[in-house]
Amino acid sequence: MNDHVVEAKSVEKKLGRGAGEVHALRGIDLSLRRGELTLLMGPSGSGKTTLLLVLGCMLTPSSGSVTIRGTPTADADKEALARIRREHIGFVFQSYHLFPTLTATQNVQLALDIRGEHGRRAAQKSREALAMVGLEQKMDSLPGELSGGEQQRVAIARALVANPSVVLADEPTGALDGKNGQSIVRILAETAHERERAVLVVTHDPRVVPYADRIVEIEDGLIVQERADRPRMPTPVPFRA
Amino acid sequence: MSLVLTLASRNLFHDRLRFVATMVGVVFSVVLVMIQMGLFLGFGRMVTTMIDHASADLWILPKGAKCFEDPSLLDVKLRDRVATMEGVSWAVPLVIGFSDWRLESGEVTPVFIVSADLRDGSLQPFNVADGNVQALTQGANVAVDRSYFDRLGVSGVGSTAEIRGRKVRVVAVTDGIRSFATTPYVFVDLKNARNYTGTPRDRASSVLVRLKGDADREKVLSAIRAEVGEAEVLTSDDFRSRSRSFWLFGTGAGAALFAGALLGVIVGTVIVAQTLYSSTKDHLNEFATLRAMGSSNAYIYTVIIYQALINAVIGFAIAAGIGSIVVQMTAKSALPIVITPWLMAALFALTVVMCVASGIGAIIRVVRIDPATVFMR
Ligand SMILES: Nc1ncnc2c1ncn2[C@@H]1O[C@H](COP(=O)(O)OP(=O)(O)OP(=O)(O)O)[C@@H](O)[C@H]1O
Ligand SMILES: [Mg+2]
Repeated sequence: MNDHVVEAKSVEKKLGRGAGEVHALRGIDLSLRRGELTLLMGPSGSGKTTLLLVLGCMLTPSSGSVTIRGTPTADADKEALARIRREHIGFVFQSYHLFPTLTATQNVQLALDIRGEHGRRAAQKSREALAMVGLEQKMDSLPGELSGGEQQRVAIARALVANPSVVLADEPTGALDGKNGQSIVRILAETAHERERAVLVVTHDPRVVPYADRIVEIEDGLIVQERADRPRMPTPVPFRA
Repeated sequence: MSLVLTLASRNLFHDRLRFVATMVGVVFSVVLVMIQMGLFLGFGRMVTTMIDHASADLWILPKGAKCFEDPSLLDVKLRDRVATMEGVSWAVPLVIGFSDWRLESGEVTPVFIVSADLRDGSLQPFNVADGNVQALTQGANVAVDRSYFDRLGVSGVGSTAEIRGRKVRVVAVTDGIRSFATTPYVFVDLKNARNYTGTPRDRASSVLVRLKGDADREKVLSAIRAEVGEAEVLTSDDFRSRSRSFWLFGTGAGAALFAGALLGVIVGTVIVAQTLYSSTKDHLNEFATLRAMGSSNAYIYTVIIYQALINAVIGFAIAAGIGSIVVQMTAKSALPIVITPWLMAALFALTVVMCVASGIGAIIRVVRIDPATVFMR
């Protein structure tokens, strides 16, 4: 089987309408591979978030194609795109987007619930996912009772609990200080290397660089540089599953 | 508890003020509908009290008579012809009508005279609380209801008054024979009823017929119909529904009650729709997150519909509590509000439909969310 979990070919994306129209992506070719942590870097407004949303089937390209595990997404309607996201993709965002009225466990469990996995087993799996990101002490806390780093770890557990083949993270450490940011980076690296997922991280954060297998630089909607960073730093032991 | 239900209830209870507003809307509307419909049922029951308590199988009525209180008359000779027919156990003339009651103080008040039949028991005072009904057959004796003591200026058995210039004495007191028209019923014997209402000897308001137990009802019914010519022969059930539809729909009273109920439904739906919509708008970011995570639209509708159902269940429970208090409070009044298990079930169904329909606005709003725009921020 092809190692390319996500493949984008000649992707263009125009955002906005009329005079406000922006050509955010102008012909992108990019593949995400199993077991690989890819960094997407570039100046503000260069189209990183747009690309991540197109790869994650949240936006459809204006032209070009996106293929998820060999299946083209061109003909999918909104509901079918949601289904693709449900089956293959986990998202992590800069501002967490947790449900403030649900506990950490319930937030994670929601990702299983929308996939039709309910009950005790789902709760058990959610607690395991939280333990994996080091939150076994905070299972029943509400997001408001957690630090930013802890909230982001809940969000990562939520993204990982249903075993997606792709994890897309948009500036996951952007709102976090050094120590918290570091642990998030390690979890994401471990996800790629130990759990054999394709992981894409949009970041300005130099702390992530040592863990990356590949760095893609984007400017003004075009990939300007792509380099493989080998040998990478091994994933530290405490975060092994 | 399922996670969807947890999420739905947290969404609802998170904003207490809005939840209270929703409850006020649901409760107000359900109680309003409950009272209107309870009045409808109470009224429907009340207008057939006399028919319910008569032991007749058939009523022979003047052509076109609409209800028990109808003033038209028929030829009393019918009774003698019907009484001897095959399959008939007894046939008894009934005389009813308005009359004047003069209190000892000299004041005059209208009353509604009903002839009591103590021999065959076709219709006689029921719920007797005091005195002796048999005494009605002697002299100028009457039976009245306790609830009209003040109006009639009497204090119980032994009190006296005058009807159309003739002295009458109370010999029996009933409890709870109330007239929705608020004119007190006064039971007297047949002869006196003719005198007090000015009904000629050869006329009667109706003839009550009891069939023999082994009679072929259909056959006897058509034989009687053929015998009485112009006059109408109705079964008790038919007469009940005719009276009911006359009072409820012929008079517009029923339409007014239904209009009130409809208003309640509209007000309730608007309030719940408004609060559900604003709650959904407040949680749009979360719904967008669900959508981004790949949830189907159906899952999101389920959250909103659960919110609607929680509103319905809690609102209905409170409304039912208030309703039962109202029922108790009106039980002894001129027009008791009647709430049957069927009405309760129908009201619950209505509440659920109302709350779920209120969710449509919220659902339409949620379908339009584009998860990407939320994450672009
Ligand atoms: N809804 C929109 N309508 C019009 N233009 C948009 C819209 N969203 C984004 N853009 C524009 O598209 C371009 C790419 O935006 P994008 O958010 O992908 O950049 P980014 O690389 O993620 O930037 P940052 O590092 O600041 O997050 C920018 O010029 C932005 O202004
Ligand atoms: Mg961005």
